[in-house]
Amino acid sequence: MKQSPKFPKCYKIESKPHKFCPGCGHPLVLKMLGQVIDEMGIADKVVLMVDIGCSLLAWDFFDLPTTQTHHGRTVPTAVGFKMADPEKMVIAYLGDGGAYAIGLQHTLTTCLRNDPITTIVVNNTLYAMTGGQLAPTTVDNEITATTPGGKTEFTTLRGPELLRTIAHKEAYLARGTTNKPLVLKQYLQKALEVQMKKNYAFVEALSFCPTNWKTNAQKTIERIQDLEKTFKTGEF
Amino acid sequence: MKQFLMGNKILAQAAKDAGAKIMFGYPITPSTEILETWAKFCLKDKSLKILQTEDEMAAGFGVIGSCLAGVPAFTATAGPGNILMQDALVMAEALRIPMVTMMMQRGGMSTSTVIYSQEEVRLTCFGGNSEGFRIVYSTSNLQELYDYTLKAFQMAWKYRWPTFVLADGYQGKMMGEVEISNSKLPLTNLKPILTKGVNLRNCYNLEEEIGEKIADYNDEYQQTRSEIEEYEDYQTKDAKIILLAHGIVAAAVKIAVDKLRKRGLSIGLFRPITLRPFPTQAAVKILDKAEKIIVIESAIGQLAELFKAELFGLNTTLIEINKPALGFTPEEIDKQVCFFADAQK
Repeated sequence: MKQSPKFPKCYKIESKPHKFCPGCGHPLVLKMLGQVIDEMGIADKVVLMVDIGCSLLAWDFFDLPTTQTHHGRTVPTAVGFKMADPEKMVIAYLGDGGAYAIGLQHTLTTCLRNDPITTIVVNNTLYAMTGGQLAPTTVDNEITATTPGGKTEFTTLRGPELLRTIAHKEAYLARGTTNKPLVLKQYLQKALEVQMKKNYAFVEALSFCPTNWKTNAQKTIERIQDLEKTFKTGEF
Repeated sequence: MKQFLMGNKILAQAAKDAGAKIMFGYPITPSTEILETWAKFCLKDKSLKILQTEDEMAAGFGVIGSCLAGVPAFTATAGPGNILMQDALVMAEALRIPMVTMMMQRGGMSTSTVIYSQEEVRLTCFGGNSEGFRIVYSTSNLQELYDYTLKAFQMAWKYRWPTFVLADGYQGKMMGEVEISNSKLPLTNLKPILTKGVNLRNCYNLEEEIGEKIADYNDEYQQTRSEIEEYEDYQTKDAKIILLAHGIVAAAVKIAVDKLRKRGLSIGLFRPITLRPFPTQAAVKILDKAEKIIVIESAIGQLAELFKAELFGLNTTLIEINKPALGFTPEEIDKQVCFFADAQK
């Protein structure tokens, strides 16, 4: 059967089918990233660091040098690699828990320093791998495993908006959505181009999690469209 | 060439001479001058880099990142920083990263005092959710700070276990003469670890998978430990009483041994230089002949615990002189040892 578009060349075929849940947004983000890497012709330069949680399932997703760490330490590992080998294109790939809760200090500091790495954060508004608990991105009244009555206590963290307050003027900050993957793809490409210019780049991908949202296909789309009202897409 | 330097500056100089290119660190007393000295090196030598990170975890993972790219890097910390650093250190065990850490013990527990103790032995040797696949050199004087830092980089890259120079604030802040060697040995296995076709992970699906990996690591660690283990034995040949100490305490013990011998006591010192792997074979051989072993340390039983775990079944009287968080003078060692020696008569 002819596939359109084709699998990115930088995919590791042996690890397919991938290990993510059916309907998960991660494979879409990774597919867009793979296409960008192919189109930019940078596969021999890219080094990928993935975090714990669902993003760890990408540890052998690509035929690219990849290592898995945890708790947002993916970001300082990427920074260390980039300092040691500045010619490489270093990508830190993590979830909203790693980037905005347990590893927030790394997300903030690497942006503050304008470290020339690209951080990709997949935001599904909860801790997915551990069974759908509260995250800093959990929205008002959202029911999670640890907020069974709905979250009401505090506001919702918005990553790119927060980083804009401390980012270098040449740094790139964007939020895309897996509901519009081709727009997300453009952001990912820009984020890698910005790294080539030795500046910090950050893309958040608002993403589906039908397993923990407990939604069918139609409800999943409705849910992400609703979330797009809280998490505005675009460049910041 | 002999130089008059502070301990922490010696450590930075030794890292440079060993071939380290990047230091990642977070300031904490009593290790801070290592970071400051490295910052000055970076001003003069553009091949060197530094990153003052947001915390010790970032420093540790920065070192991991650099080592993955094949560039020798290191960090230095102490006390509460040692605790945070364990996150990176145990991942360095899992991923076989040649991470070098200068661990400058300060007081325990928790924040505590800022200069001295031997309360970080257990944490440095076994601080992770692992089996202590680490190389830990406990230094005893300024010259050893230099020599064992050179060696730490050599061994880290050769065996790919995280490697430590375990000292303390007394050694770090002390000034004295040190011989800076001009012969620079190249590091073995110095090449990028994360290259094309390499996918590394720390997370496993099955108990059998990770169980097998830990067992393999252990086999390798046990098979190579005799190449790594180091110790110093001082006046132990005919000794009936053997004092067991490590680090700067052993330096005081050595002076006490000389004094006690002058007074006719048959006494010697056994000092493990590598706390991990513990020099078990040598210890058995030397300590087996003793009538009494006295462990002396600035902690409650952290060295004694290592020793007892390794030498189970040794049929010799064991006495522990513990001064948690406090140093020893040769005079008080002399006095206390005399008390125990007399008690035997």
